[in-house]
Amino acid sequence: MGFYFAQLLTGLANASSLFLIASGLSIIFGVTRIVNFAHGSFYMLGAYLAYTLVTLWSGSVLGFWGGVVLAALVVGLIGLVVELTILRRIYHAPELFQLVATFGVVLIVQDAALAIWGAEDLLGPRAPGLDRAVRILGEPIPEYDLALIAIGPAVLAGIWLLFHKTRWGVLVRAATQDREMVGALGINQAWLFSAAFVLGSALAGLGGALQIPREAVSLQMDLSIIGEAFVVVVIGGMGSVSGAFVAAVLISVLNSFAILIFPQISIVLPFIVMAIVLIFRPYGILGKPGSEAGAPEAPEAPLTLMSPKAMMVMCAGLMALALSPLFTAEFTSVLLVDVMVATLFAVSLHFMMGIGGMVSFGHAAYFGVGAYAAALAVKFLGFGMLPAMAFGPLCAALAALFFGWFSVRLSGVYLAMLTLAAAQILWGVTFQWQDFTGGDDGILGVWPPGWASSDRVYFYIAFVLCVGGIWVMRRIAYSPFGYVLRGVRDSQTRAEAIGVDTRFHQWMGFVIAGAFAGLAGVVFAFSKGSVFPDSLGIALSIDGLIMVLLGGIHALAGPILGASAFVLIEDWVTRLDYWRFIFGTIILVVVLVAPDGIAGGIQRLWRIIKRGAA
Amino acid sequence: MLEIQDLSAWYGRAQILNGVSMRVGQNEVVALMGRNGAGKSTTMKSVMGLLRQTGGAVRYDGRDILGRASHAICRQGLGYVPEDRRIFGELTVEENLEVGRRPPRPDAPEWGLDHLYALFPNLRERRRNLGKQLSGGEQQMLTIARTLMGNPRLILLDEPSEGIAPVIVEQMARVIAELKREGLSVLISEQNLHFARLVSDRTYIIEKGQIRFEGRFDDLDANPDISRTYLAV
Ligand SMILES: Nc1ncnc2c1ncn2[C@@H]1O[C@H](COP(=O)(O)OP(=O)(O)O)[C@@H](O)[C@H]1O
Ligand SMILES: [Mg+2]
Repeated sequence: MGFYFAQLLTGLANASSLFLIASGLSIIFGVTRIVNFAHGSFYMLGAYLAYTLVTLWSGSVLGFWGGVVLAALVVGLIGLVVELTILRRIYHAPELFQLVATFGVVLIVQDAALAIWGAEDLLGPRAPGLDRAVRILGEPIPEYDLALIAIGPAVLAGIWLLFHKTRWGVLVRAATQDREMVGALGINQAWLFSAAFVLGSALAGLGGALQIPREAVSLQMDLSIIGEAFVVVVIGGMGSVSGAFVAAVLISVLNSFAILIFPQISIVLPFIVMAIVLIFRPYGILGKPGSEAGAPEAPEAPLTLMSPKAMMVMCAGLMALALSPLFTAEFTSVLLVDVMVATLFAVSLHFMMGIGGMVSFGHAAYFGVGAYAAALAVKFLGFGMLPAMAFGPLCAALAALFFGWFSVRLSGVYLAMLTLAAAQILWGVTFQWQDFTGGDDGILGVWPPGWASSDRVYFYIAFVLCVGGIWVMRRIAYSPFGYVLRGVRDSQTRAEAIGVDTRFHQWMGFVIAGAFAGLAGVVFAFSKGSVFPDSLGIALSIDGLIMVLLGGIHALAGPILGASAFVLIEDWVTRLDYWRFIFGTIILVVVLVAPDGIAGGIQRLWRIIKRGAA
Repeated sequence: MLEIQDLSAWYGRAQILNGVSMRVGQNEVVALMGRNGAGKSTTMKSVMGLLRQTGGAVRYDGRDILGRASHAICRQGLGYVPEDRRIFGELTVEENLEVGRRPPRPDAPEWGLDHLYALFPNLRERRRNLGKQLSGGEQQMLTIARTLMGNPRLILLDEPSEGIAPVIVEQMARVIAELKREGLSVLISEQNLHFARLVSDRTYIIEKGQIRFEGRFDDLDANPDISRTYLAV
């Protein structure tokens, strides 16, 4: 009995930490509609800053709590700077831009933290006066956990008062429902957004700062918490602070008991709960669909076929690519395979987003399933390379069939979050299921057979599969199916009115995109000879989004240019110190300066040159 | 007071307004009439700065306001009542009014809570209820009251009589008369000729994003073809 009660208390203490970070994320999303990936970075910064301040003022009760609060305030200030310099410029941009921009911030903060605090994990001091355990029903309970259990509801009460008893709070709640209307009533949204962002960031900072007596401060804190925080926000209902509290308690308490039965479950449990909740309550437990008025317009993908001139450039490029192994070094071929894999992956994501109108934050799932299915088929079923290469995309398509069925029931950011959840579930299973997938060690020895083992021969195999895959996707995009899919993207209601089964078309679009991502994964697996859980991870999903964005969503050649540029930049930049900082800066510059990507940038440059010549 | 000149507006690639010109004078009630989809709401949204793709000119008190942020336009003294009401359903009636509250202006009548509750007695009874718990008619009252909390000089009323019970329509007509008495200027959009005639001084008729008629109701009656062609009578 006492043991279970202790377990419950641990769950509640975890819930408080999770609530603090999730509440801030929910407020920010509710008001600004920005899916803020950098929220985990604010959490991490809160922990680091608190570590420094509390160590500086060590020993006293005032020093500890003063340090925690000051850390939260400083993080709020950092949030203000981020909002003013970056986000303010992209409130009207499509979700993709916002997500990628905040991911740029994640990269920059990571390297800044690395430069300031170093790579070593830091063990913070305990809270003075709360550093022992008390016995409750015979079980030792850390006093600090009890303090956290009290802090969570206290913060909830504080936010409730702020939101119900102040004019500012009323405006925030109104903006969460219909921010355009709030603007038409004379409220300057920019100011409201900044304030909401500061409050949200400070809450994340507080969550991180309060964590230092419980866990080591490390550079992994940001991405390790962000997935779970998103889940809590989505389960609770985006924009609902009380919902975030309920969801945090639900997940943490469920988790503290579930690990007793099945210790490996903690990584995937939140995502499973989220998937279940979303099926029954698409807007979360306490969420309401916000008004879409004033939302960014969906980016349009052009319908035009390539001009003959562009076609010729394209063919020339392909010829050069095809002939490249004959006159370049072997390592160039290897790099070019990476480029082709990335391009196929990016084109499949572009198919889903640009043609299908579904933004995916978890497209790596299907890349990874393809790669793992092929590797496992080689390892356990004794498949040769070619059958395995067929088996991988098939499994990816099946996974997309399964997760797509749930996802197409939602739209916009909710759909995106569900795709993220799907990817995290698959990643968690792969990571934990040591016996089958090799866990963190991955699967090694997935090499092509003797006849295909030279880099040149494998280059041609990859060439045929990737270029062929891209060609097939283009054909589908211009087939009757593709036209219907675009019609659904542009106006769901209109498509429904003329009798199109919109969900079915989106579902099939999802499956096609998944299958080709799987094909990219297969080519990748055999080119590296191994697969690791990274190939299902958030980072790869975001890489895909960056590629699409780098290239420009509007341009037909966008994903091709974007993926090539991405791989080449990455190849060069990762050799440098603090490459994340550089890369994050590049991302921000592209988002802020050339929001139409490389392709759009080139087109604009071309027009300027032509005008100059004329 | 409000002068719209050659206004055009697009949704995506579709051009919805095609050179709309009209004006609303000081303390005048003007009806913008036209069938469903004619472009009435689009005109009002363009004036209010809620559409991103617009062209032409909108002047308010001689100042150019087209392309300005909607909160800045509101702060000049323009109030907007959207056709779909857009009540904050999760906020109480009083909180809804609080969102609309703005400081008093020297050049416009001031509407305090008491004045508004006198005009809309139902709202006083329901002031602690959530917006989503109100009936359609009450929501229509609330959305007008909310805009009046901003002490506007000119108010854009988008289809105030649409989808509400006949008794409430009568109340609405009285409210509009009261607004005029208080010295406000009003631009209302309407499909109902009878209601428009009851409350307004002049009318414009819009069809496919273009003004097809402007004048007094007597002029309209003299040309029955016009209302037959452009209005659903
Ligand atoms: N959000 C929108 N996106 C695309 N088209 C729209 C949108 N809103 C209105 N329209 C189109 O604009 C035209 C004018 O609409 P509207 O101004 O609402 O007409 P009214 O208010 O006179 O009924 C209609 O053809 C309508 O289909
Ligand atoms: Mg209308």
